[in-house]
Amino acid sequence: MTPAIQIQQVHKRFGTVQALCGIDLEVAQGEFFGLLGPNGAGKTTLINILAGLARADSGSVRVLGHDVVTQYRESRRALGVVPQELVFDPFFSVRETLRFQSGYFGLKRNDAWIDEVMHHLDLTGKADANMRSLSGGMKRRVLVAQALVHKPPVIVLDEPTAGVDVELRQGLWEFVRGLNRDGHTIVLTTHYLEEAEALCARIAMLKQGRVVALDTTSNLMNRRDSLYLRLRLAGAALPAALAARVRDSREAVHTLRLRSYAEVEGVLAQVREAGAQIEELELLQPDLEDVFVQIMKDAKG
Amino acid sequence: MSGFGTLLYKELLRFWKVAFQTIAAPVLTTLLYLLIFSHVMQGRAPVYGEVPYVAFLVPGLVMMAVLQNAFANSSSSLIQSKVTGNIIFVLLPPLSHWDFFAAYVLASVVRGMAVGAGVLLVSLAFVELSFEHPLWLIAFALAGSAILGTLGLIAGIWAEKFDQVAAFQSFLIMPLTFLSGVFYSIHSLPAFWQGLSQFNPFFYMIDGFRYGFFGVSDIDPALSLAVALANLLVFTAVTLALLKRGYKLRH
Repeated sequence: MTPAIQIQQVHKRFGTVQALCGIDLEVAQGEFFGLLGPNGAGKTTLINILAGLARADSGSVRVLGHDVVTQYRESRRALGVVPQELVFDPFFSVRETLRFQSGYFGLKRNDAWIDEVMHHLDLTGKADANMRSLSGGMKRRVLVAQALVHKPPVIVLDEPTAGVDVELRQGLWEFVRGLNRDGHTIVLTTHYLEEAEALCARIAMLKQGRVVALDTTSNLMNRRDSLYLRLRLAGAALPAALAARVRDSREAVHTLRLRSYAEVEGVLAQVREAGAQIEELELLQPDLEDVFVQIMKDAKG
Repeated sequence: MSGFGTLLYKELLRFWKVAFQTIAAPVLTTLLYLLIFSHVMQGRAPVYGEVPYVAFLVPGLVMMAVLQNAFANSSSSLIQSKVTGNIIFVLLPPLSHWDFFAAYVLASVVRGMAVGAGVLLVSLAFVELSFEHPLWLIAFALAGSAILGTLGLIAGIWAEKFDQVAAFQSFLIMPLTFLSGVFYSIHSLPAFWQGLSQFNPFFYMIDGFRYGFFGVSDIDPALSLAVALANLLVFTAVTLALLKRGYKLRH
């Protein structure tokens, strides 16, 4: 099957900054794919190249097999992009904005779908309100609606929940999950790692214009070579012999890194010998954030 | 509706929604010019033999309004979209560089013609005018507004902030219009300035436009139209090439 997105050896330089240095990525149809990385890693640049908002210096990008430069009409028709910036046209209402966006794609009589999208995103009540009068969260919903107005099979969301309240975030993810169930390919960039962990089946991590990790979310989670033991102690301080294991300590609560379950007993014995009592004990599985931090550390330089 | 049709409609609606600023205000400004100049220049010798100065002035002012508003429309629309970032709404869809070009320029032509028609209609209440060759008149208004709409598009593509569009307008468009014979016949100028005026493409647009009213002009209208169309062709080619490359639009 043709990949939803195929990125081959993409390089991009802005002046003296090498934004992307040879990105290779493939996203299959129907995937829920996460693109993670710190600020400046090149996520947005990569998305801009995919959407035709920027041009790669070399390499090729295809959406459903259509080259984004030479077959831009087909590739753009297949792609819906929710941009990171909260942009809007102050001259128009929500409904006008969506009708225009639909018209730019050459769609006639699209009002039924526009109404449906507005309904799903809870915009119906604001349909005739001017864009200027909407709150930030509502403007964000309109951007999502604009990206969906031509029913694109591939949807890219560039940090869509940055600065959005919890309620909208939940609603938005429910909606995007539904789109994915209906067969849409979703590519998501986010700063909230728990979001990526909960939503994405596969994840690419970018750093300084390179892919530093690319795997299924579950494999990435299994990469953990450690788990965490959180203890609240009383009576004595943490023995010095355990200092090397400390991830963080807050007053009497210490989080220690273990390589395996087998080490639990030894650690507890050392604590007991030091004369400390354990008031609370918790074993923690590392989350995507730990994996992320680890991979970013490993990819240093 | 096609992508092009939608973009054209959006561009028309954009200025129509603020018609006080985009149509009524320039009509009023131009009429103030007419009022003041016709008062100050009263009694000045007629032009082209028997055409009274005020009658001579009206076509110049109409054309000036057409040109300036055509330029203002495409340049301000584009720079606003670029600065606010909503330009992406037209960069993401599968619009070709032809669609983009035609929609912006046609909207500029409509705005220029609307303001020009407004000025002309109100002027008719004060000044008696003849319409010797209405087709020439329309041809020059269309060509002039298309040229300035295209120049506005170039300015909007090139500029990164409002300031730069304003500079383009004040340092290029304004001098070229004011020195093109809006207020005078170039035959009243010293030989040197007469010669220099012939390098100003705006001069041909205004001179040819005036021919449509009076049937007299400084230059053969066919030559003027040829000069205008040649300009239009060159600017169109430049703009299409910029749009195709995505110059300053697709980074």
